[in-house]
Amino acid sequence: MTGSPLLEIRDLRAAFPGPSGPVEAVRGIDLTLEASEVLGIVGESGSGKSVAMMALLQLLPSTATISGSARFKGQELIGMPRREIRQILGKDIGCIFQDPLSAFNPVLTIGAQIIEAIRLHDRKISKRAALSRAVELLASVSIPQPQQRARQYPHEFSGGMRQRAMIAMALANEPSLLIADEPTTALDVTVQAQILDLMRKLAQERGIGMVLITHDLGVVAGMARDIAVMYGGRVVETGTAEQIFYDTNHPYTQGLIAAMPSLDQKTDMLVSIEGTPPSIFSRPPGCSFAPRCHMAQPMCGETDPELRQVNTTLTACLRAEELAGQGRVTA
Amino acid sequence: MSDMTIPVLDVRNLSKDFPIGSNLLGTKPAQMLRAVSDVSFSVAAGETFGLVGESGCGKSTLGRCILRLLEPSSGTIVLAERDITKCTAAEMRPMRRDLQIVFQDPMSSLHPSMTIARILSEGLRLVGLDKKTEATRITELLELVQLPQDVAARYPHELSGGQRQRIGIARAISVNPKVVVLDEPVSALDVSIQAGVLNLLRDLQNRLNIAFVFIAHDLSVVRYVSHRIGVMYLGQIIEVGPAEVLFKNPQHPYTQALLSAIPLADPRRERSRTRTILQGELPNPLDPPSGCRFRTRCARVQPRCATEAPALNDADPGHSVACHFPGPDPTKTSLKNGAPL
Repeated sequence: MTGSPLLEIRDLRAAFPGPSGPVEAVRGIDLTLEASEVLGIVGESGSGKSVAMMALLQLLPSTATISGSARFKGQELIGMPRREIRQILGKDIGCIFQDPLSAFNPVLTIGAQIIEAIRLHDRKISKRAALSRAVELLASVSIPQPQQRARQYPHEFSGGMRQRAMIAMALANEPSLLIADEPTTALDVTVQAQILDLMRKLAQERGIGMVLITHDLGVVAGMARDIAVMYGGRVVETGTAEQIFYDTNHPYTQGLIAAMPSLDQKTDMLVSIEGTPPSIFSRPPGCSFAPRCHMAQPMCGETDPELRQVNTTLTACLRAEELAGQGRVTA
Repeated sequence: MSDMTIPVLDVRNLSKDFPIGSNLLGTKPAQMLRAVSDVSFSVAAGETFGLVGESGCGKSTLGRCILRLLEPSSGTIVLAERDITKCTAAEMRPMRRDLQIVFQDPMSSLHPSMTIARILSEGLRLVGLDKKTEATRITELLELVQLPQDVAARYPHELSGGQRQRIGIARAISVNPKVVVLDEPVSALDVSIQAGVLNLLRDLQNRLNIAFVFIAHDLSVVRYVSHRIGVMYLGQIIEVGPAEVLFKNPQHPYTQALLSAIPLADPRRERSRTRTILQGELPNPLDPPSGCRFRTRCARVQPRCATEAPALNDADPGHSVACHFPGPDPTKTSLKNGAPL
């Protein structure tokens, strides 16, 4: 299977019916994930990062219109009948969501839900074998006393333990792709460190490719090889983690990094980005970042720039060349 | 800097117990949960005291006790040299002008069917301004929080999250308070918006010389705005000191673990650092460990930690640590090489 990427997204679009015609939440994104690699998708609320992933997994409400292409191991996911995608979801593709309390069924034990996930994709496995596999999985995500824990209900788990259980469930059928949507946002930092450490270890050991969606630049800095920055339903810049953090060519990426207070150095003055992200109902013509951009020119309000190679990164900005080189933060 | 030394808010030995359940007759609670335990700190005019800790450490309960939104179980709160701990509700009312709060979620703390002008005028009316001065004051407040004047006629739902939080701040400062408690004021905001609100808070403090108690879980945010910081664990302040000292030279193993847990937005340093990952989970606050409350997760634990609770002792002037074995993190050898985290 070498050569073809694990996940290849081309011109993915997702629109919802709005009061005056369809509203596009995702407006044509291209992403590529190689096997066993981690791709970080960073963006603020409303940037379309979650909708994009839900779209290719067909987890959006049926009113959504989805177009474009998303090939998983060469297989087209967009337009695939639901019956078939259900064979892949939870088997070859595992998902982890932000809030593990609402992702679990409150009236079934954690063990029963993991067993269900196993038996759904492996009809032949006996209940007993599935149970011991579930206990094994809970142990593999470092849940103490997995035997007893399997018999408990989601509310008896702490936030961190619940997220571990969700990871165990996502890994139940040995997926080759894991989609993690803000997996640690609801957790305290010390627990977040435990969970990220666990995810990194498991992905490396098992050679799982991962799409990590987050608003936290710190989380992707340590986890992802490649990073895509999303704004207003589009990818505005992609590159390796180092390129994005040290050699960005996009004013939004630069602004995002400058807006974060530093933990390990004294910050004299934060540079805030003026204004607010565009609403999907009233997106400006041209570049959607233009109204907030300190470099905006009249031409930015007319043409929505395409992603193109500027120095090391792919950047969607008409004036990226002028920024190139000054995007350096700390080396 | 001279008035930084006279505290405008002084909290001494504050504790808060919550009753849990009740006995068979329903006359007494079955158990008491001590959410805040013997906390002392003070803030001077123009100073920001940051309170950090993870969920359940009691930082918000502490904030609410200071405002007497919750009744403290014991301890004293002195505001501008007046003990307000035992004030009745009527006596508290004039004091409220001096003591204000900003909540995390501006959507649920602003009245949805009042215009912004009306929301802001509520507080001003208590101060006793006439209609005309009230209108000028609202104009002035909107300018102070850097919002356009047409916001006054709008409703909270018409504003963005960042704008709403600015209104929450404008309302708090409208009555010229001496102290404002900010309870996670930016945690609901996106990074690009958060920076603007943080800068605004610093700017307002410089102009108006207000004392801030800044409660947050995000250490980098707290570092940016605070002069001094207190770190809380299970209801207690376990380390307190000037912001720069606390970040450069943390002495308590929990502070060190907390700093080490936060991912750095810097791939090279993030990938090369050694991380202390705390084992286990927060103990049950109904049954906290004997002695030092952190000992069940501490790498430096000794028999003494189980029998004797460590008191807050000075490590340096102004920097106190509640640990029997304080000191720099032994796993961090390269402190001087610019990589203390």
